[in-house]
Amino acid sequence: MIYRFTCIVCPLGCTIEVEVDDDRVKAVRGHTCQRGKEWAIEEVTNPKRVVMSVIPVEGGRLPTVSVKTAEPVPKEKISELMRFLARLKVKAPVRPGEVVAEFDGVKIVATREA
Amino acid sequence: MYDVVVIGGGPAGMAAAIKAKELGLNVLLLDENDYLGGILPQCIHPGFGIHYFREELTGPEFAHRLKERLKELRVKVKGNARVLSIENYSDLEKVVTFVSPEGIFDVRTKTIIYAAGARERHAFEIGIVGDRVAGIYTAGEAQTLMDIYGIMPGKEIVIVGSGDVGLIMARRFALEGARVKAVIELMPYPGGLARNIMILRDFNIPLYLSHKVVEVRGRGRVKRVKVVKVDENLRETGEEFWISCDTLIISAGLIPNVKLLKEVGVEIDPATGGPVVNDRLETSVPGIFVAGNALVINDLVDYVAEQGELAAEGAKEFVENEGIGTKRWIRLKRGQNVRLLAPHYLSGERDVWIYARVSKPMENVAVEFPEIGKRIRLPVVKPAEMLRIRLRKKEIARAKGAITMEVVPL
Repeated sequence: MIYRFTCIVCPLGCTIEVEVDDDRVKAVRGHTCQRGKEWAIEEVTNPKRVVMSVIPVEGGRLPTVSVKTAEPVPKEKISELMRFLARLKVKAPVRPGEVVAEFDGVKIVATREA
Repeated sequence: MYDVVVIGGGPAGMAAAIKAKELGLNVLLLDENDYLGGILPQCIHPGFGIHYFREELTGPEFAHRLKERLKELRVKVKGNARVLSIENYSDLEKVVTFVSPEGIFDVRTKTIIYAAGARERHAFEIGIVGDRVAGIYTAGEAQTLMDIYGIMPGKEIVIVGSGDVGLIMARRFALEGARVKAVIELMPYPGGLARNIMILRDFNIPLYLSHKVVEVRGRGRVKRVKVVKVDENLRETGEEFWISCDTLIISAGLIPNVKLLKEVGVEIDPATGGPVVNDRLETSVPGIFVAGNALVINDLVDYVAEQGELAAEGAKEFVENEGIGTKRWIRLKRGQNVRLLAPHYLSGERDVWIYARVSKPMENVAVEFPEIGKRIRLPVVKPAEMLRIRLRKKEIARAKGAITMEVVPL
């Protein structure tokens, strides 16, 4: 299996190919720096994303408050995380940076005032 | 009388007001919303502030930092204030008229920093015909509904345009459980930053390049849309298919919001859609400065905030010297593969940032300014990514006449 994507570590945007066999990385091609190579390997073996959403807020100026995960979470956990977020509700006031919940050891942080 | 009235409380306007206050000017910030930040509070994704704050923030967090600074500095802010007109009494006196729930007010000011942002192109503007039904939104409208008001605009989505806004909304829809059936892009290449193109792969969203949506059908609500393939000259080929969906999202680019500027006689550059400006970001009407997406459509909020600061420095010079003192302006002209650029006039009295976009993607290029013998090599240029290039005072001063900027193969 060969994965092909544009590197996003820096604005160069190299096209990197990662060849994978039995879940083992066999070869990385097209990168022009070490950071790009490491990113590409992680992107194939353990892709992670910072996830954002909004949750309802009671008594705030706006009906929702925006939240994000304090750190990137594994991609395959994202749909479970979104279902978890869909059950959350908070009461105003909320300050940006406030931890409103925790999912699998990852803090869910408010990013907007409410 | 104010030294400066800033119109627009988004990142450009807030950064301008902060800088103006720090420079000792008497400043008033006007915004039409009841919250500050412009579009930032609805841009809940990360990726903001890497240059400006040296930290990756979400849109609301970026806005919050600027708001806190405004508070610390006790900048006078008036929300719920929509500017109706600008009048240019003289170079040294302008009147800004705004309406708010308390009534209509006139404020006098020496300078204006116009930071009213941009508007989105809508369905009619890109030639989509058919039934006038519910379920057609611009990407920004959908974003406001979802991320400010918590309302899902639809379940089965087709997105027109693969620019950053369209891609980011594709992710938001997919994350919130809607099915994104396709992203349709007119050009033969995607319009967004590489990091946003990844979204399509993350959620298995099909991207149709060299295609356009031409027709919407439905009764009461969108039912299906017609997609046609276009050739290299963007002409319809006749090859077509239908996609069933309940929602069509238009993300077909932004246009600087310059209505009030036009009314006061500011010269507009057809390439940027924003005003013609000098290197103080002053328009053709002395004392009216402009920053952010009202000046040129930016890809990073960091540049928008930077332009706000530049405009504030311009306002400071204007207030102190009753005008911008430059005697000779050097025209910066567009050459090969430069679709747009700003600023348009350079003084040679200071270093300057040039913001530009190319017309087509190219690899292994040089950005050249032949009249002053400057050349910068770049591995790749893309229309989606704004070029931001520093020209030094002494380099500009070498020019006898105009300077051309061009992007040429190496």
